[in-house]
Amino acid sequence: MISQSVFRASLLNPSAPIPEGLTDGHDRPAGRRYGVYRNNVTVSLREALVAGFPSIVSLIGRENFDHVARAYLRQSPPVSPLMMHYGADFPAFLATVEQLAPLPYLSDVARIDVAMRQSYHAADSFGIDPASLQALDEDTLLNTRFGFAPSMILLRSARPIGSIWHYTLRGGEKPTGNPEDVLILRAEFDPEPFILGPGAGDVVEALQGGMPFGPAIETGGPGFDLGALLGLLLSHSAITNLNN
Amino acid sequence: MSKALKTAAIVSAVAASFVAQTTTATAQAKEKCFGISLAGQNSCEAGPGTTCAGTSTVDYQGNAWTIVDAGKCMEIELPAMADGTPRMGSLEALDRDLPQG
Amino acid sequence: MPDASHAFPHLPALPGVGYKAQHFSDILNDPAPVGWLEIHAENYMGNGGRPLAQMRVLSERFPISVHGVGLSIGGEGRLDPDHLARLKHLCDWLNPASFSEHLAWSTHDSHFLNDLLPLPYTNDTLTRVADHIDEVQDVLGRRMLLENPSSYLAFAESTWSETDFLAEIVRRTGCGLLLDVNNVFVSATNLDYSPQGYIDAYPLEAVGEIHLGGHDEDEDDHGALLLIDSHGREVVDPVWALLDYTLAKSGPKPVLVEWDTDVPDWPVLAEEARRAENALARVLV
Repeated sequence: MISQSVFRASLLNPSAPIPEGLTDGHDRPAGRRYGVYRNNVTVSLREALVAGFPSIVSLIGRENFDHVARAYLRQSPPVSPLMMHYGADFPAFLATVEQLAPLPYLSDVARIDVAMRQSYHAADSFGIDPASLQALDEDTLLNTRFGFAPSMILLRSARPIGSIWHYTLRGGEKPTGNPEDVLILRAEFDPEPFILGPGAGDVVEALQGGMPFGPAIETGGPGFDLGALLGLLLSHSAITNLNN
Repeated sequence: MSKALKTAAIVSAVAASFVAQTTTATAQAKEKCFGISLAGQNSCEAGPGTTCAGTSTVDYQGNAWTIVDAGKCMEIELPAMADGTPRMGSLEALDRDLPQG
Repeated sequence: MPDASHAFPHLPALPGVGYKAQHFSDILNDPAPVGWLEIHAENYMGNGGRPLAQMRVLSERFPISVHGVGLSIGGEGRLDPDHLARLKHLCDWLNPASFSEHLAWSTHDSHFLNDLLPLPYTNDTLTRVADHIDEVQDVLGRRMLLENPSSYLAFAESTWSETDFLAEIVRRTGCGLLLDVNNVFVSATNLDYSPQGYIDAYPLEAVGEIHLGGHDEDEDDHGALLLIDSHGREVVDPVWALLDYTLAKSGPKPVLVEWDTDVPDWPVLAEEARRAENALARVLV
């Protein structure tokens, strides 16, 4: 009897022998017929990664990506039947690939692709009516904690990941060297990554952590543009409740 | 004007500029449903035949491959970081790792 | 999640298509001749966003068939309770006209292999599959349909024919069957038996839905034709003929066209559905 352990063991290992007891229907060994399943598994997982990491495919080219993807999928097949989640730890894997060491930004750029997918499938929510923010007196405002949309995701990096992402996928300007925080926002159904201005990443992180508005905006430092951040959040329905 | 007042003024001004437009935003509007579906779909078809990817033993043992014909990253050259970490990747850096000859 | 507002109790004996997000507007504007839609369950298990929003709209207009591709009903281990709960959540929300899954396995030792892997047809596997179907039907509170696989190889240890195996599962569990006519054609070609003979031996009275799809050609080590169930092109004429043969014996059934890779523009898919409509019309006269 062929156990599923035996059948599975050779699927992702082309060096392993084809399990015995599999035939072409006429008592001849299955041979290439078993290869159909090997191929299905490998190709379907690889294609899921290609589709899930467009920025990395673009940055390193399809051929290199296929090598990286194959190494990853053999080491880390999905642990859930939901392919929408596959590759969540692919960014961490990229950081371990020796050949990609000259491109240390890849891992953080890949986190944008993962977060875009998470945001796309995140629960729906409704932004607050901006009038309710307008109505607060200043004491109440400074003591208010913000709740955010589940589709809002903050990514902080020591590298210009937002510029690299926009450059490689959207024809944006060539990135320079400055570190960037990226905020993914989904006003309706399509997430977009926004590069935050100075200090805004600190403020968003503070607000997400439950810090009241007043002290949170102090974390932004002198270069922080409150109006710009608030405009971005309100225009994308990212603030979903006010607790005061 | 105190700092708190100034903050409240900014918030009030920004909020006011969005009041009009958000009243029309309806996340459930049918026309907004049209659009792309993102990657990572489950499906039940089979892959392309018996050959190629699944039976390739080329790189099974790990990192036995080299970077070739890199994509957009070959156009990106980033300066050394302020904190002293080395250059963050460039065409030159990739060339260095290509096998000679 | 809010309830889908309308319920269609059954799939109609009309053409359906596998739903793709890029066809959303086409389907709302001019669906003819398509009378129902099928979705892959796992793509609608996110928490929100466009997939669920589209389904809220479409489920008001069309009967929906929820087609699972990841439950691993043929798996040696127990069914994944989390996944079963997700399926229940989806079915409770969408109240689909049908739920179906595959006679196959895809998860082993908590790794999901993203392919429909084959089973030997033995007493042991029959018991296991029947137990799993009982569990699915208990949890979902509805009858499910089980789909025959595309086979590329056979197991020397099998003691049941596929048709007898399926008939016995129906007898033990009370489930219905999803008859994939393209899979019959693919398996019959690959394992060298008569596709008409398969239909003759198949328990057609249990069929709740029929699938059609395109396949590709390859060959085995001996140069024999090996068909691959790729769902990436038009249904071939011999499969349309096998559909006619089947419908003549079964009477009208809901007939679905699957097209999952290199998905064409809507008119091409609608034309395939038109051919299915014509096949259904032939058994009504």
